Amino acid sequence: MSVFEGFRFRKVFSRVHELDPRVKFFYVCAVFVIAVMFNQLLPLILLFFIQLPFVLVAGVEREWIRSMKGASFLAIMIFLFNFVFTYFYTEYPTFPPSSSLLEYSLAMTLRFLVLVESFSIFFLTTSPDRLGLALEQSHVPYEFCFAFTTAVRFVPVLAEEAQTIMDAQKARGLELERGNFIKRIKNYIPILIPLIVSAIRRSLELAEAMESRAWGATDKRTNLYVLKIKRGDYILAMISICMLILAVYIWIFLRDQIPPLIPLITT
Amino acid sequence: MIAVRDVYFTYPSNVEALKGVSLTFRSGDFVAIMGQNGAGKTTLVKHFNGLLKPTKGAVIVDGIDTREESIAKLSRKVGFVFQNPDNQLFCETVEDEVAFALRNFGFEKKAIQKRVEWAINLLGLTRYRQSSPFMLSGGERKRVALASVLAWDPDVVILDEPTIGQDYEQKEKLRQFIVQLNAQGKTVIIVTHDVEFVAECNPRVVLMAQGKIVGEGVGKQILTNRKLVAEASIVPPQISQIFMGLTGFGLPTDVIDVYEARDILLDFLERSS
Amino acid sequence: MDDIICESRAVGETVAIIETSNLTYTYPGGKEPSLKDVSLTIEKGEFVILTGPSGCGKTTLCRCFNGLIPHFYSGKLEGDIKVAGHNVSEHSIYELAKNVGLVFQNPENQLFALSVEKDVAFGLENLGLPRGDMRKRVDWALQMTSIQDLRERAPHELSGGQQQRVAIACVLAMQPEVMVLDEPTSFLDPLGAQKIFEVIDDLNKKLGLTVILVEHRLDLASRYANHVIVMDEGKVVLDGKPLNVFTSERARLIGVGIPKATRLYQVLQETGVHLSGVPVNSREASLLLQEVLARDRG
Repeated sequence: MSVFEGFRFRKVFSRVHELDPRVKFFYVCAVFVIAVMFNQLLPLILLFFIQLPFVLVAGVEREWIRSMKGASFLAIMIFLFNFVFTYFYTEYPTFPPSSSLLEYSLAMTLRFLVLVESFSIFFLTTSPDRLGLALEQSHVPYEFCFAFTTAVRFVPVLAEEAQTIMDAQKARGLELERGNFIKRIKNYIPILIPLIVSAIRRSLELAEAMESRAWGATDKRTNLYVLKIKRGDYILAMISICMLILAVYIWIFLRDQIPPLIPLITT
Repeated sequence: MIAVRDVYFTYPSNVEALKGVSLTFRSGDFVAIMGQNGAGKTTLVKHFNGLLKPTKGAVIVDGIDTREESIAKLSRKVGFVFQNPDNQLFCETVEDEVAFALRNFGFEKKAIQKRVEWAINLLGLTRYRQSSPFMLSGGERKRVALASVLAWDPDVVILDEPTIGQDYEQKEKLRQFIVQLNAQGKTVIIVTHDVEFVAECNPRVVLMAQGKIVGEGVGKQILTNRKLVAEASIVPPQISQIFMGLTGFGLPTDVIDVYEARDILLDFLERSS
Repeated sequence: MDDIICESRAVGETVAIIETSNLTYTYPGGKEPSLKDVSLTIEKGEFVILTGPSGCGKTTLCRCFNGLIPHFYSGKLEGDIKVAGHNVSEHSIYELAKNVGLVFQNPENQLFALSVEKDVAFGLENLGLPRGDMRKRVDWALQMTSIQDLRERAPHELSGGQQQRVAIACVLAMQPEVMVLDEPTSFLDPLGAQKIFEVIDDLNKKLGLTVILVEHRLDLASRYANHVIVMDEGKVVLDGKPLNVFTSERARLIGVGIPKATRLYQVLQETGVHLSGVPVNSREASLLLQEVLARDRG
């Protein structure tokens, strides 16, 4: 669960929070493309460290560390998986495995971490309503934007309701921790059904309220807020484009010249 | 029967909901726990069947410390009827719904059948026996929830805000039902902010505000005490309000019942004529 | 603000804002009509209380006022209903939304945005209002319901009473002529309920907003009303001034929870003690009783 903690928006304000979500998303995509381009450890390490200033400026160090911790289990799995399978596929039965194999596995792990890092920064610094607004202004049909923000708005409500339902059923003798695997799954039926029924009822009430406030009155829906691209956004966009161009250049011309890192460190 | 000893409770979100509460409930008591929304009433009663365990202090139910017993075992003695019946209804028929807890508690098939029949009859739900609980009206669903708790015959029955959304007739029926339950020897605890309803039941009243108990005693004395009422931010019963506006005539101030009010006024008029 | 019993209607203000004539409605798949031959008139600026036992049709009637019936609920609607000059069957819900607002029972399920401000603007955004106008109306609505300080808060952080005030502001921003509130205080404690009634009464008195309030808690709400309608089993059974309705035998038979003050008046009358007026709240009762007690003291 803690990996999700690292993605949840917190109401803090910083320069990074003020940036337009669309530009931030462009940045995240740029990072994604660069991360996928390279198999080598060196560029990926650089990519990882380049993003750290964002974390610091945004003031979300604690949550970010939590998300990285949460991702660490998966990261270890990815490392082992890559290492073991590639070893048996290529170098077996020579022992010990070469340093380039180690480097490759580390690079794959780091690629995963770089992606978690950038997405985490994105979600930590973008409030759901801004995200909804960005979707709207990007001409995503309003129904989807509305569904998105409404879903986010009701997450804490549903969580509380789930807790209340569990309490109510426990008070009728339902024991969720007991029994074998199958029994435990069956024990969740008395929790799920009331939750689902409640969700359906809630949707009906929401629909009534929406209709009563002129939903669908006009196709040309206006908005109380508007996202404006400001200087900071241009800077971020520039940074992203430069990073992309540099990465592409290196990949085309200097790809084969990237030194492996482990020999560099051990000499 | 239930002893609350200097209980403190803080939610995981760091909200301190109970700040040193001490209370005793004897077998056969009829108590209303009152106060504003957020005073800690529901938090308190959730300790009685172990749903919540105190952060400090202890709750003893029938000699057992709630921290050392499972919720299921405690619930066997302390039945909790939640505010919203839709938080528990999930079965295909009313019959199954009422039988659910009995199955959980390990009753035998024959016993389950008898008790389900009894509970359904008691709450006037016989013709809905095979109906889906979801098809029933709001008031009927509340009765199903009540039946499903009474079916296992707990010694203590807790009702959390039983009057919400009910019309006058339904509240009257509920009041009579509760009084009957109590007369049969059950300890009845209602959590409510409905002052008029409590005024008609006249139970022992525990008044809470901001996680503490600010007053406890006979209903009519607590609900007519201006200081306590202000502290707990509740609205006094209308009859009491009327008498508060009649100072200077030497009338008693602890009146909450219409008929008692009438008798007192008649008495006064007869004496002065 | 006088709450003395014999209130008089403002002279000249007899413009009907809601008129129904033989209104009958059956839900789709319903065996019996939920509304049977309902004929009533509500005048502009009135504060109406609509009450009756559970299942009597109050909620159904509310849904007719803003067009949810027949447009959202289909089913069979017979008879006529005109709201603010519009024939409800012939206008869509979003058209009627400019004239009639509906506040629902559960505060939680009427708020969908992540900030109060955005929620209040929701209806205006739907109508396509320009940003400047929206901003003005949102500010005004927040001010009228005294929730300016909640502007940036998320709905989940608010208490039930605060949420309902936001819901009222959301409806108010659309500047309707009529506001219908369907048991808005069900989930609130008495103090919270009182605050809501005060807000609604404020809007009624200051803006001339016609208010239709569905309520069971007549003890708290009746002091504000000048027109009471009682329904039972789909029909209107009582329709008139509060004191007439509350003292009628029919009200007691149906099981309407009349205010305790009125009940006291009734039981005293049965024993031969007459008050010079019919109280519907505790203050009126105290005043009337003071008269009687002082008189007898000589």
